[in-house]
Amino acid sequence: MTAILDLTAAQAAAAIERGDLDPGELFGIYRERAAADELGAWTWVADAAPVAFDVGAPLRGVPLAVKDLFCTEGVPSQAGSRILEGYRPPYTATCVERLQTAGATLLGKTNQDEFAMGSSNENSGFGPVLNPWDRSRVPGGSSGGSAAAVAAGSAPWALGTDTGGSIRQPAALCGIVGLKPTYGTVSRFGMIAFACSLDQAGPLTRDVTDAALLYRHMAGADARDATAVGHPDEIGLPSAERLDGVRLGVPVELAGGEGIEPGVLAAFERSLALARELGATVEEVSLPTADRALSAYYVIAPAECSSNLARFDGVRYGLRVEADDLLTMYTETRHDGFGDEVKRRILIGTYALSSGYYDAYYGRAQRVRTLIARELAAVFERVDAIVTPTSPGVAFELGSKSADPLAMYLNDFFTVPMSLAGVPAISIPCGLADGLPVGLQVAGAAFSENRLLDIAYALEQGLGFDGSPARGGATP
Amino acid sequence: MIDRDDVLHVARLARLRLSDAEADRMTGELAKILEHVERIGELDLDGVPPTAHVVAVEHELRPDVPGPCLSREAALAQAPATQDGGFLVPSPQAG
Amino acid sequence: MSDVRYEPVIGLEIHVQLSTRTKMFCACPLSFGEPPNTRTCPVCLGLPGTLPVANAEAIHHGLMIGLALGSQLAARSIFHRKNYFYPDLPKGYQISQYDEPLCSGGRLGEVRIHRVHLEEDAAKLTHVGASGRIHGSDASIVDFNRGGTPLAEIVTEPDLRSPEQASEWLRLLRTTLRRLGVSDVNMEEGSLRCDANISIRPTGSDELGTKTELKNMNSFRFIERGIRAEIARQEQLLRAGEPVVQETLHFDPRTEAITSLRSKEEAHDYRYFPEPDLPPVTITEAMLERARAGLPELPLEREQRLASELGLNAESARLLSWRSELGDYFEAALAAGGGVESQPLANWLGELTTRAGGEDPAATGVEPAQLAALAALVSSGAVTQGAARQVLDRMVAAGGGDPAAIVEAEGLGAVGGADELAPIVRAALEANPDVAEKLRDGDMKPIGVIIGHVMRETRGRADGKEVTAIVRAELGLGG
Ligand SMILES: [Zn+2]
Repeated sequence: MTAILDLTAAQAAAAIERGDLDPGELFGIYRERAAADELGAWTWVADAAPVAFDVGAPLRGVPLAVKDLFCTEGVPSQAGSRILEGYRPPYTATCVERLQTAGATLLGKTNQDEFAMGSSNENSGFGPVLNPWDRSRVPGGSSGGSAAAVAAGSAPWALGTDTGGSIRQPAALCGIVGLKPTYGTVSRFGMIAFACSLDQAGPLTRDVTDAALLYRHMAGADARDATAVGHPDEIGLPSAERLDGVRLGVPVELAGGEGIEPGVLAAFERSLALARELGATVEEVSLPTADRALSAYYVIAPAECSSNLARFDGVRYGLRVEADDLLTMYTETRHDGFGDEVKRRILIGTYALSSGYYDAYYGRAQRVRTLIARELAAVFERVDAIVTPTSPGVAFELGSKSADPLAMYLNDFFTVPMSLAGVPAISIPCGLADGLPVGLQVAGAAFSENRLLDIAYALEQGLGFDGSPARGGATP
Repeated sequence: MIDRDDVLHVARLARLRLSDAEADRMTGELAKILEHVERIGELDLDGVPPTAHVVAVEHELRPDVPGPCLSREAALAQAPATQDGGFLVPSPQAG
Repeated sequence: MSDVRYEPVIGLEIHVQLSTRTKMFCACPLSFGEPPNTRTCPVCLGLPGTLPVANAEAIHHGLMIGLALGSQLAARSIFHRKNYFYPDLPKGYQISQYDEPLCSGGRLGEVRIHRVHLEEDAAKLTHVGASGRIHGSDASIVDFNRGGTPLAEIVTEPDLRSPEQASEWLRLLRTTLRRLGVSDVNMEEGSLRCDANISIRPTGSDELGTKTELKNMNSFRFIERGIRAEIARQEQLLRAGEPVVQETLHFDPRTEAITSLRSKEEAHDYRYFPEPDLPPVTITEAMLERARAGLPELPLEREQRLASELGLNAESARLLSWRSELGDYFEAALAAGGGVESQPLANWLGELTTRAGGEDPAATGVEPAQLAALAALVSSGAVTQGAARQVLDRMVAAGGGDPAAIVEAEGLGAVGGADELAPIVRAALEANPDVAEKLRDGDMKPIGVIIGHVMRETRGRADGKEVTAIVRAELGLGG
């Protein structure tokens, strides 16, 4: 059984294809582990294996964990919020449907920060998720349940969403791979929205190959999402072993290492050294506006969320606090149904859009967004990818940042610029600091996923990181 | 600088009740966040257009072809209260 | 001061439900009175995770409206979110257009158009009174069938100066939209809805007074009455030295009362921002080409043609153009042949319309060709005007019919020629010797008595002019 658990999703699919592995057995093993999970990673686990597996399809019936905010027909889809407790949608999200068509089997739904707002998974309406590397610490967020489930081996792989870092940061904190694709390559239809212009679905996996495989079957245009264009290229499975001729850029703004934990910086430096060994050149690049990205992000995302979350009004679905008059029904339902972080962002967003403040906040933030996208595009004319630590620190103690929202927001410092620019970025584990995983972010130009996956794969091979918390990430 | 009245005004626009304690706490937190956010005010943005859609996409319009509807049962299935085939709400005219 | 005369300044905001097959942002078919909540899908119910995709045909309809109104069509049009809470608004925002509408400017007749934009309709909210389900307090029921129906909002400049002009212009707009085929434009069924912005100012002044917005007048009659009542209310205020307050008002057609809709809540702050789920719509040359190709002859063009090419008088040309169904009936009758002349045919159509209670003449069952045949019988002298009216009465009563056959069957053919008429005239003169005396003396005033007598005898089948001629001949008076 341990041997089966050691298989990556791609390896498991290959074993099923060869007839060496029964998909029902594989599903059963993971189902049991998910049901027995003690990390709070799951919000719903399938009762039983499906009657049949589509072993002829490319994903061969391999089970898949899906972040709670993806709508799955007849299955609880609550986006981590009490306001949607028990909500079972009458339809399935396009990207989940695509994966099911490709042969994936729904294993369960994973816990998350409420409506994907958070960097620690402490904002879930259904309790926090614990980091499998250290249960006193957070797994990151908002896709914390997906990251913890994959890292703990209760799922072979998982779907997450990334708005300002919600795939990359938990992947980094849990020692796994997370890809935030180019905005618009994966349909958002059926993803319960946080911030429409930023939200993007992506894979959380044990290795880069699995990320490529899952993403290959997620990407595609969708007549139900006017912003989904799909990917111009077929997503290949990565194979690069060397990085000869690859030009990597390190933002000069990082040089001082200010705000970065020393252990994270050390692991990052080691990764750069490895990249050079593999043939890459590493040069400094400048992103002068990047340090305002977080400010712009914390206007744009809350503004959109304040509007997106208006539909949770107690009329058609979800929680309702009964009242004699409509206004009280609205305000009490939303008071009781939303958690603190969601309320905070609704208030900021409403303020930023309100009469007299739009130009100073939302209007300016959108123009800052233009500057950041331009700066990144200019840099990607010169280098193939930008590398940074994914997160300034390793997994932090539960509760240690919850009293200071702004400190929590700073977790997204390195991930947010790529989100604003809509460009792809992948986080891979690049070592440990104080026994906890450190993530390396590799970001590229829009639609450059194939190149990013190749770079990440070559580094992954060179780094030889062992993603098993049980073995402590030691190089074998 | 955002004050308590601003917070209560915005909460009302957003149909969120805040308890007194929540309003106090949120006022402080929002002020701190907005102070950070206001750093975008320092940039020179003359002539920089806003970005609403980061990936330039042509709007692929939908052909005017009817698709399936939900059954009424499915439409009402998750509703907190229904009556006569509709969603029941406290009257907007009341109160 | 009390002798100051005021002039009203009126602008209209018209919401038109577009007659596409599906809703604005989802594939649900439009609803026509189906049971509640049977024309919905996850998108138009605002279920979590759903996204809008704009209906190509609605954009096409919008472009046709813009072309018909001579608007400037946007090269790129974007949608915005208008945020507010209401149970008939499933997403908590309405997708509408804000600073880049599909059409800007334009003109219809004497009224300038400010803009035309597209948006989605709200659901239907029915007040049901006390419901046991909600603590026994007042409740409403929401039906989302209508929610998401495509709407074009047409906003005029404040160019109208009277309630009558407003309702007459609205009829022209309605006909124009009906000719375009973009809407059912039925006020009673709500596919055409009109709000009015009203202010008054001293006659001759160039400045605009404070305006109020009068909502939800659901018939042409109510629009006139509502605007008139609001003008009177404003005039009364100003004459009393009180200011007009800018507010939204509701007109109750039963009581003619005007009440403020302003609730206890603070003024709306819609927090418009560009809809991130919908990329900008680029209006391509192909889209414009298709819209241009789809344009029919519009009422004002038809009015001009009917006057200049067919020689109709101004009143007929306007009536037949501004009411498409009349114009269409008229042109069908004209095309049926028989060499009937335009103006008499138009007059006969007026007769028929009167018999239809002012409604669509086609509803009488009288076919255009039958009306043309009747008009031709009159023109040829085979039937007199008076007899023809009787024939038309019979045609309407029977739901149509061949006028010639009715003339034949009822013996309503004109009594023609001196041979037939002279004896009747003679008898009439003999029966009225005093009248005959006066006539003989050259006093023609009482000739009506003789004509009336002859008409009675012939059941209206005689031609009055011919009777007069015979009288003169019988009495030896000069022609
Ligand atoms: Zn629908």
